[in-house]
Amino acid sequence: MMSRIIRMLLAALAAGAIASTALLAETFSGLRGPVPLDQIAPAPRMTPLDNSTEKRVRNYPDQPPIIPHTTEGYEIDLNSNKCLSCHARSRTGESRAPMVSITHFMDRDGQFLATISPRRYFCEQCHVPQHVVNAPVPNTFMDIDTVLERSVPEKRR
Amino acid sequence: MSTTAQSPPGASAPWWRRLYDFLWEIWGIIRRPSTVFSLGTLVLAGFVAGVVFWGGFNTAMELTNREVFCTGCHEMRDNVFEDLKRTVHYSNRSGVRATCPDCHVPHEWTDKIARKMQASKEVWGHLFGHIDTREKFVDRRLELALHEWARMKANDSLECRNCHTAQSMDLSKQGPRSAEAHERYLFTGQKTCIDCHKGIAHSLPDMRGVPGWQ
Repeated sequence: MMSRIIRMLLAALAAGAIASTALLAETFSGLRGPVPLDQIAPAPRMTPLDNSTEKRVRNYPDQPPIIPHTTEGYEIDLNSNKCLSCHARSRTGESRAPMVSITHFMDRDGQFLATISPRRYFCEQCHVPQHVVNAPVPNTFMDIDTVLERSVPEKRR
Repeated sequence: MSTTAQSPPGASAPWWRRLYDFLWEIWGIIRRPSTVFSLGTLVLAGFVAGVVFWGGFNTAMELTNREVFCTGCHEMRDNVFEDLKRTVHYSNRSGVRATCPDCHVPHEWTDKIARKMQASKEVWGHLFGHIDTREKFVDRRLELALHEWARMKANDSLECRNCHTAQSMDLSKQGPRSAEAHERYLFTGQKTCIDCHKGIAHSLPDMRGVPGWQ
C-alpha cells in the first residue's frame, strides 16, 4: 500500500518535471516578445529622444517636469553642470529657458541659498528626457481633474 | 712682426680660426660663377632639389598632423583622447569623424606653421613632464583649456568652421533649440561657436568663473 503511494507520487513528480520543461520551452508573447523563457531575447532597438522642446503638462502638481529635449553628452559633475548653463537664473535671459524652480535654492531646513542647493545639483535624478516609444503597458492613470469630474459630474467644483 | 703675420693653414691654428677659414673658402666658391656646370644644369638641379626639399618638409610636417602622432604621447592618449572617444566627434551616425589636428591645427599653411612653432612649447612640456601624471594634468586642465578657448575665440572658431559653415546650416533639420540659438547668436555674429560649444569634444575643467557657467 505504502509503496504504491510512493510510486504514484514519483510518477506525479516526473510528470510535473516533464510538463514544466515543456512549459519553459513554450513561447510567451508578453513584454519580452515571442522568445522562449530559457533564451535571451535580442535587445530592442534604441529609440531617439524626444527633442520637440514642447512643454508637457504635469500629471500632478509636484511631478518633476520632464526634459523635452535631448541631453546626450551633457556633463553634470564636480566641474560643471551643463543644464545650468541655460537654466540658471542668470542665464535664462540669453537662453530663454525656464528658470530652475525657486524651491531648488532651499536647503533642507528651508533656508534660501544664493545658488542651487547641493542636494538639487544632479538634475537627472528627478528630471528625465523621454524616448519616443509606444508604451508597452497601457496606463490607466487619471489626473485629479478627471477623477473629480467623473465622481461628481454635475456639480461645479 | 713676421712671426705673427699669417699662421700656416692647418698647423696649430685654434679651431675657430680653422672653421672661419673653411667657411670663408665655401663663401668664395658660392659667389664665383660656375666653371664646370652649365646654367641649365644648375637651374634644373636647383628646381629638382627645391621640389624634393619642399615636398619632404611638408610631408614631415603632415606626419606630425596625424592622430597617431598626437596620441603617441601618453599625456594625450590617456587624457584628452579618452575624452574624445565618448563624443559625437569620434563616433556618430554617419561615420564622419574629426581627428586631433582637424580642430587644433589651422588648415591654411601660414597659420599652420605659426601653430607648429607655438607647439614647440608643448614638446618642452612633454620633455620636462609638465603634465606627465593624471593629477598634474587635472590641475592644469583649466589653464590648457583657456588657451584653446582664447585661440578659437580669436580666430572666430576657424577650425569649427572648416567643417560647419553657417551658410550650409539647414535650420529646419536642427532641433528647435539649436535653430533658435543659431539664428539669434551665430547668424547675427554676436557669438562664435566656442562661446557656447565648450566641452563638446573633451571633458570640462572646473568651470567656476568661466562666463556662462555656474
